[in-house]
Amino acid sequence: MSSSVNFIALKSILHKEVHRFMRIWVQTLVPPAITISLYFVIFGSLIGSRIGEMGGFDYMSFIVPGLIMMSVITNSYSNVASSFFSAKWQRNVEEMLVAPVPNWVIVAGYVGGGMARGMLVGLIVTLVSLLFVDIQIHNIWVIIATVCLTSATFALGGLINAVFAGSFDDISIIPTFILTPLTYLGGVFYSISLLPEFWQGVSQINPIVYMVNAFRYGFLGISDVSLTIAFSVLGVFIVTLFTIAMTLISKGIGLRS
Amino acid sequence: MRKALEISNLKKVYKGGFEALKGINLTVEEGDFFALLGPNGAGKSTTIGVITSLVNKTSGSVEVFGENIDTDLEAAKTYLGLVPQEFNFNQFESLTKILVNQAGYYGVDRATAHQRAEKYLKQLELWDKRNDAGRMLSGGMKRRLMIARALMHEPKILILDEPTAGVDIELRRSMWDFLRELNQQGITIILTTHYLEEAEMLCRNIAIIDKGIIVKNTDMKSLLATLTVETFVLDIDPVEEGKLSLDLGPYVNRLVNNHTLEVDVEKTQTINPVFSQLSALNINVTSMRNKSNRLEELFVNLIESNQNSTGEK
Repeated sequence: MSSSVNFIALKSILHKEVHRFMRIWVQTLVPPAITISLYFVIFGSLIGSRIGEMGGFDYMSFIVPGLIMMSVITNSYSNVASSFFSAKWQRNVEEMLVAPVPNWVIVAGYVGGGMARGMLVGLIVTLVSLLFVDIQIHNIWVIIATVCLTSATFALGGLINAVFAGSFDDISIIPTFILTPLTYLGGVFYSISLLPEFWQGVSQINPIVYMVNAFRYGFLGISDVSLTIAFSVLGVFIVTLFTIAMTLISKGIGLRS
Repeated sequence: MRKALEISNLKKVYKGGFEALKGINLTVEEGDFFALLGPNGAGKSTTIGVITSLVNKTSGSVEVFGENIDTDLEAAKTYLGLVPQEFNFNQFESLTKILVNQAGYYGVDRATAHQRAEKYLKQLELWDKRNDAGRMLSGGMKRRLMIARALMHEPKILILDEPTAGVDIELRRSMWDFLRELNQQGITIILTTHYLEEAEMLCRNIAIIDKGIIVKNTDMKSLLATLTVETFVLDIDPVEEGKLSLDLGPYVNRLVNNHTLEVDVEKTQTINPVFSQLSALNINVTSMRNKSNRLEELFVNLIESNQNSTGEK
């Protein structure tokens, strides 16, 4: 197919995906704003004032990048997981499968939709955080690069989850039992330098540590890990997950009989 | 005439070993109105699934207007429009969005897609519902929506998998008219249906599939010509109670009750003498109909003979 045909197909999937989460904005955009406000009130104002500084910044400023990143991760993942699984469940995924849409366009369309929601929620959370704390920016390009790559990584993860999922329960298992623990233990609320040496080592295998720290570097100029390693980890994850997603869609796992 | 669809030695074995297609061969010419008939589980939907790439074949080849689905799948897909058996659109989207998005998957720009959506929604009497969510439609409307969706990229072949299932007779007839119109415009139509009257009225060529084997593939006229005896049911003036039949000369007949007569008319016979004989007996005929659809009789015979040959009881 010509590139213009593929471009129109990609735009159609993106349009459909963005329209979907905007149509149900009360479920998709409002809850993160409320949740994050509660985090700011409890961890920032009430408990944070007793914690004092972390990494040379007051606790509220320290946790803002991590909380934004947590919202981006959760929303990028859950958007694609629920949208693609819902398309499988209602069988309207067949609309794309019978059409001459290349597999990479399907993957890119859904991942783009997940990134759009992740980044929109990230923006909302950033705006909400301005009510509680003055945000400083150390390097805007690191912020943009980290948020784009992280949301793409988790959107791909959500797509793979949806391909394998056989029920709505299956798309909540990974967020509940894997994603949430990794995020909470990924340095959102603390610097991993505070951990005993053994647990610092264990934290090195948690990919979210690299994403949160790279993002925090963009705002505050501090990080527990090297930026080069952080972006390398993101790159490896994106390439690996994209390859897996493409293989699954091409073979029609869970999609074709 | 070009070949719109050519299937060669197509086999499909599902996980678990069920052999749904056992090497079928099928050719559909461009512009044809083709019926693919068979009992439940015969392999109709699997065949359609393979053609439209929703089912992975085990072996064999499928060509759509010369494009092989193994080597030129995307090109083959552009020719095909599918109306599946199950409702498979997004139940929460509006009708317009469902149609416009579908056109987009085929590279149709949004302005053109909106024009086509309006055209087909109006033709299929769904325009008033254009902003409603798919789930708000009745069963018949959902079927028409899927026909509109399949036409959005203006395919050369329209495949309909039981498009009139659960649709009332009035709506069914209006859908028949719409499909005939599409066929007259040059669209090749492949239809599966359980309503044999539908296939007889609409289709020029027919294949009957049973247990993954094509048991008959011919044109409708030739198939109907193989019917040797046709049974007519005549509503007549009441006759004496208790009679089992009437003296109609060579015509075998049975009285179902004292005012309903079944008459077997062989292919070599005409029906006029039946009326003459009844007139001679001072019996008036008030109405007449076929006992069963002609195609239905042939269909049942073919399926039974296939089951006997495969040893199934």
